[in-house]
Amino acid sequence: MDIFLQLISSGFLVGGIYALIALGFVLIYKATNIINFATGEFMMIGAYIFYSLMVYLKLSPFIGFPLVIIFAAILGFLVERLILRHMLGQPNISIIMVTIGLSSILLGLAEIIWGSSFRSFPPLFPRKPIILGEIVLRSNLFYGFLVAMAVVVIFLLLFKYAKVGIAMRATANDQMAAFSMGINVKTMFTISWAFGAIAASLGGIIIGNIGGVQPTLGHIGLKIFPIVILGGLDSIIGAVIGGFIVGIVENLAGGYLDPYFHGGVKDLAPFVVLIFILLIKPHGLFGTKEIERL
Amino acid sequence: MKILSIDNVSLSFGGLKVLTEISFDVIKGEIFAIIGPNGAGKTSILNIISGFYHPDKGKVFFNGKDLTRIPADERAALGMGRTFQNIALYHGMSVLDNIKLGAHTHLKTGLMSGLWYWGAAHREEMELRKKIEEDIIDFLEIESIRKQPVSALAYGLQKRVELARALAMRPKVLLMDEPVAGMNAEETEDMARFILDIKEEYNITIVLIEHDMKMIMDISDRVLVLNFGKALTHGTPKEVQKHPDVIAAYLGQKKAETMEKG
Amino acid sequence: MHIGDFKETYSSDQAVFINATSRFWLGILFALLILFPFVAGDYLLFMANLAGITIIGAVGLNILTGFAGLISLGHAAFIGVGGYTAAILSTRFDLPFLLCLPLSGLMAAFFGIIVGGPSLRLKGLYLCIATLAAQLILEFVFVHWESMTGGIRGMNISPPQIFGYVLDNDFKFYFVTLVMVILCVTFARNLFRTRVGRAFIAIRDRDISAELMGINLLRYKTYAFALSSFMAGISGCLWVNFLKTVTPEHFPLMESVRYLAMVIVGGMGSILGSILGAIFMTIVPELISTFLGFLVNIFPTAMSFLFPLQQVIFGLLIVGFLVFEPHGLAEIWRRIKNYFHLWPFEH
Repeated sequence: MDIFLQLISSGFLVGGIYALIALGFVLIYKATNIINFATGEFMMIGAYIFYSLMVYLKLSPFIGFPLVIIFAAILGFLVERLILRHMLGQPNISIIMVTIGLSSILLGLAEIIWGSSFRSFPPLFPRKPIILGEIVLRSNLFYGFLVAMAVVVIFLLLFKYAKVGIAMRATANDQMAAFSMGINVKTMFTISWAFGAIAASLGGIIIGNIGGVQPTLGHIGLKIFPIVILGGLDSIIGAVIGGFIVGIVENLAGGYLDPYFHGGVKDLAPFVVLIFILLIKPHGLFGTKEIERL
Repeated sequence: MKILSIDNVSLSFGGLKVLTEISFDVIKGEIFAIIGPNGAGKTSILNIISGFYHPDKGKVFFNGKDLTRIPADERAALGMGRTFQNIALYHGMSVLDNIKLGAHTHLKTGLMSGLWYWGAAHREEMELRKKIEEDIIDFLEIESIRKQPVSALAYGLQKRVELARALAMRPKVLLMDEPVAGMNAEETEDMARFILDIKEEYNITIVLIEHDMKMIMDISDRVLVLNFGKALTHGTPKEVQKHPDVIAAYLGQKKAETMEKG
Repeated sequence: MHIGDFKETYSSDQAVFINATSRFWLGILFALLILFPFVAGDYLLFMANLAGITIIGAVGLNILTGFAGLISLGHAAFIGVGGYTAAILSTRFDLPFLLCLPLSGLMAAFFGIIVGGPSLRLKGLYLCIATLAAQLILEFVFVHWESMTGGIRGMNISPPQIFGYVLDNDFKFYFVTLVMVILCVTFARNLFRTRVGRAFIAIRDRDISAELMGINLLRYKTYAFALSSFMAGISGCLWVNFLKTVTPEHFPLMESVRYLAMVIVGGMGSILGSILGAIFMTIVPELISTFLGFLVNIFPTAMSFLFPLQQVIFGLLIVGFLVFEPHGLAEIWRRIKNYFHLWPFEH
């Protein structure tokens, strides 16, 4: 029972961090209808930049965080402006493949710039593990979870109440209507990509802080897909809840099944779940089936 | 003889009522027009007949057969042809290939015979080509563009190619959604002439959505008027033209009252 | 220049090699392909075999992604399924090479349907994600199902035999590769002269109206996916029999991305494009390797950049071609050909 609770608790915490990254993905999808395969690489770049700022420039995390937010916003802006703008009107599969190409470019660049070896983050949070009864939680994970949740809440509040958030939701819902209401749709696209990149980068920093950073950090970003399929591609709530569920499930699967398979189950489990979801409820828990016009 | 029967069909999307209790019959060999303001639900009726939307209530009968359980892709084989409001041609193919695609349900080549090609598939393709050239390309006067990619064609010609493709479906009923939208007077006349020729030479029943009143009144046998998802009235073009509700819907309530007094 | 080219039958009007000139050049190409192994050195022979095996995989992926519009991120994994099947069938069951070929294809197709199947009735992007899952799951299986696959160390197989004739060098294998490439390319091209091929293109361009034209979307998407996976399986079988070894390292996600690059760079929806793209993306890694080899004199650690530089270049090729030349090398080729058709006139 103890192991069970332990696994669920750490799974819940990591799930919260996944939720942040999934949120970034869904933002972009809702606003622009684009599946961003480079989400993981945005994560990884965020982690590396933060690492460089802390280790090479010896900046404090309080300066580092906002700087990464700015970098990420610029990255999102550049991707949208320089590449995706040219793809307007092209079929969806082409645009998806552009993001696949983009992920490859970022992955290669990261390895060229920072090398392929593993780097561990300098400690951001107090080292003492958090103990709740029988459950021991790593401090990185615990505080990382808190930060991630804080960012998620900020994002959610932004969407609900701030003007730019409402404009983004309007664009996500119906581009034509938003356009006729005077919302600059193209700017909304850019802003959505900026926000998506920010969310992914912050998530990357948190994950990097827990497990270190190397170019393959982006692979964790692939877990986005089981999360958003489970939650529903166009659902923000789905992304958050999906994140928690996948975090818990993968931890349980890894904890119980790893011994039989010599490891690796944790990373695989979400994808097996994905296949089952596609069989049973492909639009996920909260996703909406599109009504197509003919 | 009724070829198509729409029986008490209702459709809604969430809270939006698109169609409310629509019933009408289409007689074999006639040109039946559906008119009404934008958003009245006209395309939705065609989509229900095609099988793309499923009505919440009501049924569609084709030659007496209940279509409720028949999926969209099987309705083509029964003899239902379709053209679309926004041209739905396949940009990756030439005019000829697009037309050949229309005949899809009437061909038999499968994966294996397609891979091998020589033999049965080749014979089928050659017969198809001959039939299309003689019956359709000649008829619609599009010989000169048949090898061109469809994206290179002018709008009016694209509409005509779409009609050609629908004809390749060997339809018994042809559902046409705004076939002359965006066309000038000359193109409209050509299209109207083709539609009449289709009716007469091939004995195809036509269900037609259009906004061009002159064309509707000229070529239709009967007309159904729709407004906000409800049927206002139906009858011959002359009857419908004089109906007060129709005048109110199109020209405004005041005009209707003025015409009644005068 | 072509003038006075009149066709008198529909059959000749729709032929693939439509006039005497193109048939002539085709003949020359055949002659060159057959002469090639007699004059080529070891390196070129090796590369030619590799290119041929890659072409088969690329044609398969193009059928699915380029013609039918369904992205697959799992192509490398299905090639791996074919490869491992071939290795297992030949080492454990002693099955002859000619039998392994179709069985590898079938196995890959089978796996494809299992993993991809559920998402075929949904929009294309669900298949994309499902194939990603397939790729990752199969990578795991390749590494962890040690009893079957030999785990990380993989398996070695003995040189393939055809009716007792042992193919123990690249020269002999070349002819097998050549025959398989010709067969695959021919069959694939044939398909697009029939209603099956047209259905694929319709599904890509406008799947809703395709359905109303009478095309059963699930059935044809399944055909496309099965055929694509089958060809991947064949490619895998040839690959394993050529290299005489198979390890999980050969089939990572990046390889699936490389195949996508082939389809994009070569030209989506074009069989010729698949060939050009496969050859191009087989040469590019070699060029990068040679280039870095030169740089080693100045930067001793240059070779460690081989892998990431490949990734950057693959990505740039994908993005670059999609933005600037979405119809790929095949389109560039077509423009060159048209220029010469009309030369010396301009129009």
